[in-house]
Amino acid sequence: MRLWRRKPELTCQEMVELVTEYLEGALSPRDHARFERHIAGCEHCTAYLEQMRITIRVLGRLPHETMPAPAREALLNAFREWKEERA
Amino acid sequence: MAGNLGGDQELVAALRRGDEDAFMKLVDEYGPALLRVARMYVPSAAVAEEVVQETWIAVLNGVDRFEGRSSLKTWIFRILANIAKTRGERERRSVPFSSAARAAADEPSVDPDRFLPAGDERARAWALGPVPWAEPEASLLSDETLEVILAAIDKLPPAQREVITLRDVDGWSSEEVRNALDISETNQRVLLHRARSKVRGAIEQHLNPTESTK
Repeated sequence: MRLWRRKPELTCQEMVELVTEYLEGALSPRDHARFERHIAGCEHCTAYLEQMRITIRVLGRLPHETMPAPAREALLNAFREWKEERA
Repeated sequence: MAGNLGGDQELVAALRRGDEDAFMKLVDEYGPALLRVARMYVPSAAVAEEVVQETWIAVLNGVDRFEGRSSLKTWIFRILANIAKTRGERERRSVPFSSAARAAADEPSVDPDRFLPAGDERARAWALGPVPWAEPEASLLSDETLEVILAAIDKLPPAQREVITLRDVDGWSSEEVRNALDISETNQRVLLHRARSKVRGAIEQHLNPTESTK
């Protein structure tokens, strides 16, 4: 195989598997360019990528879990004991 | 909420002084994640609670030795991982991240039926492409959609659920997650990708029920 030979263009089905690698900057420069070439010419994959981005943003706005009160209380007591032993 | 509580040195100094508010701030910020991560290593919720309790004690007892070479958060979760692993081994359970990642890698992100089959001139292109979401993003945070998203997260296999919660819900960096879960970068990415793909699919199905089955 000649080294400079171009990889075949990405298919849509391959693209959906690479979105996280693309967003994390984990693709090689060559695969990154291949990904962007595909997106540039594919309306559906553009929509898909945008939906993945929206999904990530929406996940980031979910309410955070809070500590149950009894566990919180227990830790406060543990802290007070530790503090006393230290004094 | 991203990253650190800001001012690790300040926080550590406050802990050393015995400042309750500083300690409870840490507890509120990292407590739920500590419990979930512990649960990945040990077989029961009860043991996970013990591991977390032990972790906080170890943090307090070690706070005089904390030198700030890593962030306080990284340091706390490394202590947790060590304690939890010891307990997990004692309880004969190993963390199934690599097998979970292998299983995840075999699953498609999108139902293969939505692509044109081999032999078609445009094989593997979308047959049934996604329709752009017309809803303003804010409406995706309606109670109804929120329920859909939370249910989708809940249905994920444990390793995928934990990675997406830490990365996307809690806003941790990839390095922080790798450290807390003792997992390779590749495995983390595979689990994260699979989890995100499923949540996207759940939102899509909710917004355009006729469009997809997956």
